[in-house]
Amino acid sequence: MSDNGTFTPVIVGFLCNWCSYRAADLAGTSRMGYPATLRDIRIMCTGRMDPTFVLRALQKGADGVLIMGCHPGQCHYQEGNYKAIRRFALLRRTLRQLGIEDERVQLHWASAAEGVRFAETVARMTEQIKQLGPLDWPRNWPNEDPYAVEEAVHE
Amino acid sequence: MSEPRVGVYVCHCGHNIAGTVDVQHVAEWAMGLPNVVIARDNRFMCASTGQEQIEEDIKQFELTHVVVASCSPHMHEKTFRNACARAGLNPYLFEMANIREHASWVHPNDREGATNKAKALVSAAVHRVVHQQPLEPMKVDIRPETLVVGGGIAGIQAALEIADAGYHVYLVEREPSIGGHMAMFDKTFPTLDCAACILTPKMFDAGGHPNITLLTYSEVEKVDGYVGNFQVRVRKKARMVDESLCTGCGTCWEKCPIKVVDTVWEAGLGYRKAIYRPFPQAVPKYPVIDIENCTYFKTGKCRMCEKVCPTNAINYEMQDEIIDLEVGNIILATGYKLFDARRIPQYGYGRLENVFTSLEFERLTNASGPTEGKIVLRDGETMPQTVAIVHCVGSRDRNYNTHCSAICCMSSLKFAHLVMEKTGAKVYNFYIDMRPIHKGYEEFYHRIMEEGATFIRGKVSEITDVARSPEEEGKLIVVCEDTLLGRQRRVPVDMVILAAGLEPQADAQEIAHMFGVGCGDTGFFIERHPKLDPVATMTEGVFIAGACQGAKDIPDSVAQGAAAAARVLGTINQRQVTLEPIRASIDEERCSGCRICNNMCPYNAIDFIEEKGVSRVNPALCKGCGTCVAACPSQVITGAHFTFEQIMAEIDGIMIDVLSDRPVVEAV
Repeated sequence: MSDNGTFTPVIVGFLCNWCSYRAADLAGTSRMGYPATLRDIRIMCTGRMDPTFVLRALQKGADGVLIMGCHPGQCHYQEGNYKAIRRFALLRRTLRQLGIEDERVQLHWASAAEGVRFAETVARMTEQIKQLGPLDWPRNWPNEDPYAVEEAVHE
Repeated sequence: MSEPRVGVYVCHCGHNIAGTVDVQHVAEWAMGLPNVVIARDNRFMCASTGQEQIEEDIKQFELTHVVVASCSPHMHEKTFRNACARAGLNPYLFEMANIREHASWVHPNDREGATNKAKALVSAAVHRVVHQQPLEPMKVDIRPETLVVGGGIAGIQAALEIADAGYHVYLVEREPSIGGHMAMFDKTFPTLDCAACILTPKMFDAGGHPNITLLTYSEVEKVDGYVGNFQVRVRKKARMVDESLCTGCGTCWEKCPIKVVDTVWEAGLGYRKAIYRPFPQAVPKYPVIDIENCTYFKTGKCRMCEKVCPTNAINYEMQDEIIDLEVGNIILATGYKLFDARRIPQYGYGRLENVFTSLEFERLTNASGPTEGKIVLRDGETMPQTVAIVHCVGSRDRNYNTHCSAICCMSSLKFAHLVMEKTGAKVYNFYIDMRPIHKGYEEFYHRIMEEGATFIRGKVSEITDVARSPEEEGKLIVVCEDTLLGRQRRVPVDMVILAAGLEPQADAQEIAHMFGVGCGDTGFFIERHPKLDPVATMTEGVFIAGACQGAKDIPDSVAQGAAAAARVLGTINQRQVTLEPIRASIDEERCSGCRICNNMCPYNAIDFIEEKGVSRVNPALCKGCGTCVAACPSQVITGAHFTFEQIMAEIDGIMIDVLSDRPVVEAV
């Protein structure tokens, strides 16, 4: 991810279909610029966030992961974002033990009307990760697929 | 299973995408992605030629999966799914990469970054799509009954349209009578017809319609279910008057000894009794006891209304009634609230006696209002000689609301006309811009200018009673910079009318959450599409009409009420609605019966089957959020279209090395 000495981070985004994905759409239709660092994946609700998605993204070389959902109390599915908060707290403890800085994996809210907030969140997180530098998990960690084992168990 | 064969289509969207993203390069590069057999770029994928290209390729190249990289799936996912279906491919074997809203439009000055991002998003879709499964949409029957929330003009119009078409409507209104804000007005712009004369026939139609169940003095408490099958719980507050006995004769409120300031229908200018009917043409005609002010409810004594009622309709023991409704569609027409002019202290409302709000003036000039239509100062007798009308109070102002309230220019012109007609007073309009935009409005503006109203362009900075000269003594002085003359002005007047703006209802957020719709940054409900779908919402089966969607006048509210009704009638006539098959299912063979998922589900859609010791998802209740899927410790819950494998593949695809000339596929 390092190119000519300047570091452009790659952030994988998980956006809920109803609020934050629409906030990203609104940022687009309103032409609000932000750094091209975020590569986003749409999920129906942050309640679908399996913590292993975050680990997989980091393992595949992401420098950060941004999870965004509806504001507390405004979840399209009533309370999926509260489940996300609880899982996120647990995930963060795990990540700290692995030596991964808090800034690399963040959970934020944006309503469908908050294109500005969405763009600002991406810009801010990009700056924070630039300060931290690349994570380089693939180089620092044995490149084995932990899920291959799990799938074998199921079969 | 034979190898998947993926087709990739990268859209230029004219210059919208191609102006920033090197679409040709993205398409060429995508040819190197695993399983891709054809990758093309096209000027407009959504045009019929673009869609036909997909259909032809599915047949010619025997495509098993299709990826289109273009705009947001919220825009055209349906379009391309249909194209796939026409060529015989299951529409859920299609995936979209959003390279317009999420790439070209947000990185306009970063061609390289936007192109790389587009490549990553295309790669993600290609990796994901091969794991997608054919799905069959669920069909559910639609109940023909409709719930309309809010009995203002928009709600009444919607209810009447649906009822006239032969379907049943439940019209729920919070206040004791339907009518909404329009029932408080005297005249309506630009024709100056009497509001009551055009509204009350509609109110009576709605009240007596065989297909309308009117639930006034009632509020929705809970909404469950989904399009076609909503379960709605309504609390019908106790009126303390038996509607089956009451004739609406009025003896009770004539004799009631308690006078209460009426802050709702009289905007605080007039009084009502503790048992009251909001206004003479109220529908329904029955009164209601205000138990907070009624002597009997406070002290246990009085019972005057009970004594005088000729039909024994008063019942102090009446309790709130809980009514459970089943409806197929819902229309929200919950209206607006007036901006509280006290929030602008320099305008003096609430401190300076003769500063009125627009709603107060409506009551003042209304023949059934507290002064019987006489325009007088707060003392109740003096007619004003000069009147100032201040536009844009709390609207188009960053300190309060940024939006234009849309109606105030025209209602201010109407006020100017009424003041001049009824009192002969000199009228000054203080405006920022005049926006009389609809049919007949500009003509009305000219008419008022010809009638002699003075227009001063400038935002009022202060309204004060501190005189600087003898002619200002005892007057209200409107201080403003006249931007056309280029100087400060102090205009002494007897009366000031503040054209207060329109705001979302105080509880708009709670209403939005209850019905699963969103609020925009101005607080009004968000429509599905601002131009092409203005009355639908993101929740299927829930529509919005009138000022709850944004500030608007009566003609626009009526049009939206009718439009929402047309949408509801459209779905009712389909008899069935197609639901996204995005649902969870549990592999019972592998379920350990731990029951963790049971409590996760916000819709109680997961049952525990005692005899088998496993959990099972009820597909009719499941809404596909995926919370249980993420929670299952055995990973045996599958979230259709968002499976573990699909998302993992998407992550792998999105992390591809976009800088290499040919995409490098990692062996997994």
